[in-house]
Amino acid sequence: MEVELKEVLNDLESLKQSLADTSHSAPIDKLKLRVERLANLGNYGPVRRSKVKDMSAEVVDSNPYSRLMALQRMGIVENYESIREFSVAIVGIGGVGSVAAEMLTRCGIGRLLLYDYDKVELANMNRLFFRPEQVGMTKTDAAVQTLSDINPDVVLESYTLNITTVQGFDTFMSSLKNKSFRPNKEGSGVDLVLSCVDNYEARMAVNQACNELNQTWMESGVSEDAVSGHIQLLIPGETACFACAPPLIVASGVDERTLKREGVCAASLPTTMGVVAGLLVQNTLKYLLKFGQVSPYLGYNSLKDFFPTMEMKPNPQCSNVACLERQKEYLLVKPARDAAAKAKKEAEASAATESPLHIDNEWNISVVDDCELDKVDVQSSDALPEGLTRELPSADEYRTPLAETPISPADDLDDLRKQLEALNSA
Amino acid sequence: MEGWDPSTKSTLTQIPLLTTKAGPRDGAAWTQRLKEEYKALIAYTQMNKSNDNDWFRISAANPEGTRWTGNCWYVHNLLKYEFDLQFDIPVTYPSTAPELELPQLDGKTQKMYRGGKICLTVHFKPLWAKNCPRFGIAHALCLGLAPWLAAEIPILVDSGMIKHKDDAASSAES
Repeated sequence: MEVELKEVLNDLESLKQSLADTSHSAPIDKLKLRVERLANLGNYGPVRRSKVKDMSAEVVDSNPYSRLMALQRMGIVENYESIREFSVAIVGIGGVGSVAAEMLTRCGIGRLLLYDYDKVELANMNRLFFRPEQVGMTKTDAAVQTLSDINPDVVLESYTLNITTVQGFDTFMSSLKNKSFRPNKEGSGVDLVLSCVDNYEARMAVNQACNELNQTWMESGVSEDAVSGHIQLLIPGETACFACAPPLIVASGVDERTLKREGVCAASLPTTMGVVAGLLVQNTLKYLLKFGQVSPYLGYNSLKDFFPTMEMKPNPQCSNVACLERQKEYLLVKPARDAAAKAKKEAEASAATESPLHIDNEWNISVVDDCELDKVDVQSSDALPEGLTRELPSADEYRTPLAETPISPADDLDDLRKQLEALNSA
Repeated sequence: MEGWDPSTKSTLTQIPLLTTKAGPRDGAAWTQRLKEEYKALIAYTQMNKSNDNDWFRISAANPEGTRWTGNCWYVHNLLKYEFDLQFDIPVTYPSTAPELELPQLDGKTQKMYRGGKICLTVHFKPLWAKNCPRFGIAHALCLGLAPWLAAEIPILVDSGMIKHKDDAASSAES
């Protein structure tokens, strides 16, 4: 187009020269000005920045990372550039997931894995990120389109699938295990999984995968009435898993039904979703870049601007087999962990070179760290902090029902199938 | 179980309960669970037939028993309304219930999620969670789908959102 416009300009110029009558030169000049303006407009069109090899802290307008690298100069983050080594999987690219993906992309995260099976709809436009012209695209494709424009340095992988189905789950698991991005990384191929889904089934599927892979993950949610939300850190074996106890919800003070999926009837606000995405990614950055305190659970009640926090220990009777295995492993390494913590404490103490407050301690009085005691036992729901309630009841104690026909292993599956078919066709 | 009508309650108590807690990824245990599912479905279908209350057909669409298809119907004002029924067994089954889908009604009612998944959150999910792993497909149909049809179909018919197939055919001819 640029070349074309230039030619038009040249033509106009020669036309002006060729005309003997100067009375036409004014309108021709006007035309030339308009063409020039059009040519300039083209300069503001989409420009893709090239990839950046190393993150620089140099403060110039053209450096996309100068403000992020300043976190090091301010003493907040020790090594910001390490963010380029991290892989984060985001499950659910909706109101929270898409915004979280954009935040991590702008932060220069190394690699993002995006999972969703839905398409962009006009009904999504009350939330951030997706644009009306993307309606009809899969959310994963639309996200890759926008994110790769914002920051071409980020490696993006998109998976259009439903993780709750057997097939989708298999692909989900193998994509998390894939270590081609950083072959020498320990554990799975990702550093963190973020669950930004809108239903219990998908959360349980993420929980299952992360328990099996011993993968740390964070869960997030926004209530159906759009006025409250939460984020939660889950470390298999160390903290309660999603199946350890019925899910927690932030009591909004109005209606306490939450953790529901997006239906035609669910309300949503760009504000609440943006706040929850912000809390989630802030916790993610703290976890990955090792600064501040990583929150184990943080609720958000927007009606009262109340932020309940808590910690949950795993349930030794959890119904999830993989969770119990992780709990066992965690207990096995407890002595080593205690020794490391003790050594760290001693190192800190010797650095301070403090003399004991009391030389003799006849009654063996010791000061106990009370943060351990604050942890909520997931089995007793009465112990929940103010502002939190349970969404679903726990499974009843298992009793063998009286009126039960015992199933002998001799029963043949094909036989049973035929019996049902016979009934169906009758 | 408060708030449920006596006939649903008595039907429910007669559907055999399941004992094996296994999902589609659990190998032999899943086969055992599948057998129990069949037993419960056979008993429930037989019971419906003998009570002259037959209202669904369902069978496994793959050998693994992870996808099920069939149909269900509801009689309103002496007219029978019939719908396709389908669902997948989720990987986290039976901790999470199957999501029952009526694809033909997708987008016609608010009590439905995308893809025609009926809304079970309030009336059924808590019951399922409480009774895991004793409830199976038959229980999901009895306590999840049946009350949904009873609540939604009359509204959908009266509001004109769905038409009886004879009406639809005659209006198409005219």
